[in-house]
Amino acid sequence: MKIPLAFIIGCILSFLFLVMTIVSLFWIPHEVEKLNILERLKGPSYQYFLGTDHFGRDIFSMLMVGGQTSITVALIAVAVGMIFGIPLGLLAAASRQSIWDDLIMRSNDLIFAFPSLVIAILITAVFGPSAINAIIAIGIFNVPVFARVTRGAALSIWTLDFILSARIAGKGSLRISVEHILPNILSLLIVQGSIQFSLGILAEAGLSYVGLGVQPPTPSWGRMLADSQTMISFAPNLALFPGITIILAVLGLNLLGDGARDLLDPRLQDKIR
Amino acid sequence: MFSYVFSRMRVLILSLLFASFIIFMMIEIIPGDPASFMLGINAEPETIQALKKELGLDVSKFQRYLDWITGMLAGDFGVSYTYRVPVSELVLSRLGVSIPLALYAILLSTIIALPVGLFAAANHGGVRDWSVMGFTQLGIAIPNFWFAMVLVLIFSIYLKWFSAGGVPGWEKGILLNLKALTLPAFALALPQASILARVMRSAIIDTLSQDYFRTARASGLTYAQAIFKHAFRNALIPVLTIIGLQFSFLIAGAIIIENVFFLPGLGRLIFQGIVQRDLIVVESVVMLLVFAVVLVNFLVDMAYLVVDPRLRGNK
Repeated sequence: MKIPLAFIIGCILSFLFLVMTIVSLFWIPHEVEKLNILERLKGPSYQYFLGTDHFGRDIFSMLMVGGQTSITVALIAVAVGMIFGIPLGLLAAASRQSIWDDLIMRSNDLIFAFPSLVIAILITAVFGPSAINAIIAIGIFNVPVFARVTRGAALSIWTLDFILSARIAGKGSLRISVEHILPNILSLLIVQGSIQFSLGILAEAGLSYVGLGVQPPTPSWGRMLADSQTMISFAPNLALFPGITIILAVLGLNLLGDGARDLLDPRLQDKIR
Repeated sequence: MFSYVFSRMRVLILSLLFASFIIFMMIEIIPGDPASFMLGINAEPETIQALKKELGLDVSKFQRYLDWITGMLAGDFGVSYTYRVPVSELVLSRLGVSIPLALYAILLSTIIALPVGLFAAANHGGVRDWSVMGFTQLGIAIPNFWFAMVLVLIFSIYLKWFSAGGVPGWEKGILLNLKALTLPAFALALPQASILARVMRSAIIDTLSQDYFRTARASGLTYAQAIFKHAFRNALIPVLTIIGLQFSFLIAGAIIIENVFFLPGLGRLIFQGIVQRDLIVVESVVMLLVFAVVLVNFLVDMAYLVVDPRLRGNK
C-alpha cells in the first residue's frame, strides 16, 4: 500500500512537536522564569535561536515549555471526552431506538447548540480563569463528539454476523459492547482523538489569548501571542514564532489523523480519489 | 411538511429552555450577591436590602428564573449593575457591530469556499485539487486571532490600508464601517472558508458517482453543465448543514476577534461584564448568543425545505 505524503508530513511534525515538549521537561536553552531586561527584544541570534521577548526571556525556550501546557490541556480534554463519550455512545448503539438512545443523542444536540467559548467564558466567570477550567470547558465539548462517533461506528458493527453469533453464545449487550464492539471501533476513536487533540490545542491557545486559560508565569502559546500584540509594530517575531508553532503542531496532528483514517478505511479512499 | 416544521420548533424551544436553565444555575453558583458588591463593604444592611428589592433579588430562586425568562421574552434584560442602564440598551448598541461582522464573515467565507470547493472537486485527484486541499489544511490550522494579528501587521502597519482597530460608527457612513470590519471579517472567515471548501469538495465528489449524474452526462450535458445543474444543488445540503454548525464557532471566534481589533461588540461586552462582575450583563448576553446559534440552526433546517423538495411532501 502506498503511504500518502500528507500522512508522512503529519507524522514528522507531530513527532517533532512531541520531542520538543519531552526534551523541555529535562532541558531548555535558557531559564523561562528568569527576567533579563538587558537582553530584551533581541532578534534571532546564535545565543537566542528565535530572539528574546520584552522581559529578555528566550522565545524558543518559552515555546518548548508552552508545548507542555498545550499537550496537558488538550490531552486531558480528549481523555474527558473519551471517558464520558465512548460509554454513552456504546450505550446508545446497544439500546438502539430506545429511550436511552434518544435521550443521549438529544442531549448531544443541545450541547452542540452552545458556542464552546461562551461556555468557557461562563465557567471562568464563575470559577475564575485557570488551566483546569480551560480543560473542563474544552472537555465538555469533546463528550458529544465521541458519543456520536462511537454510536455511528458501533451501529454498523452491531449488524455484523459475528455479533449475532456472540448473542447466540449468550453474551449480554454490555459484554458484546466491551469485548467485540469496542476493539473493532478503537482505531476510529483514536483517529478522532488526534483530531480533537489538535482542536484542543487551538482552543487552549484561544482561551489563553483572551486571558481565560493558564495564568502567568506558566508559559503558554496563546498568552505569548497576547503579550506580543502591543509590540507587533516593532517586534513582529514575538507574534510570528508562537503562531507558526501552533500552526505546525495543529497541521501535523490533522494530517496524521486524516492520513490514518484513510489508511484504516480504504473504502473511503477509493470514494474520494 | 408541517410536522417537520413543528418538530424543528420543538427542538428550538427545548434548546432555549435547557440553555437558560444551565446559564441561570451557573450564575447562581457565584458567591456574593451583586447588591453588596455594588454598595461596597461599608454599606448598611438596610441599604443593601433596599437595593436588593430594587434589583428584584429579594424573591426565591425559581421566581427570579421566571422573572428573567419572561423579562427577556418582553425585551427586558434587566438593569446593568455597573452602568445602571438597561442591559437591552447596552446590547442594542453592540449589535450594530456584532451582526454586521458575523454576516460579513459568513458572506466572505461562502463566496470564497463554494467556488474553491467546486474547483477542487472538478479537478479531483489532480495537482490543482491537491494544492487547494493543502491550503485548506493550513487554513484550518491557523488560529484566527493570530491571522488577525498578521493582517494588522501587513495591512495596517506596513501598508497602512486599513486601521488597526475600532469602528467609526454607523452615522459616519456605511462604507467606512464596512472597511473597518474588513480585516476582522477576513480573520473570522479564513478557518470557516477552509472547512466549507473541503465540505463542498467532498459533497460534489459524492454526487459525481450517483446515478442521476451519470444519466445527466448520458443525456448529453457536458461535464461542467452536469456539475452546475445537478451536482451543485445536491451538494448544497451538507454545505448548508456545515454553515449552520459553523455559526456557533463564528460566534466564539467573534468574541476573540473583537478583542484583537478593539471592536465594541457583544464579545467585548461579555468581557467587561466579567471583569466588573456585572453578572446580569454576562448572563443576558450569553443567553442571547445561544439564542442566535439555535435560531440559525432552525433557519438552516427551514432552508432544507427550499433546497430539498422531498421534505416538502405531505409527511
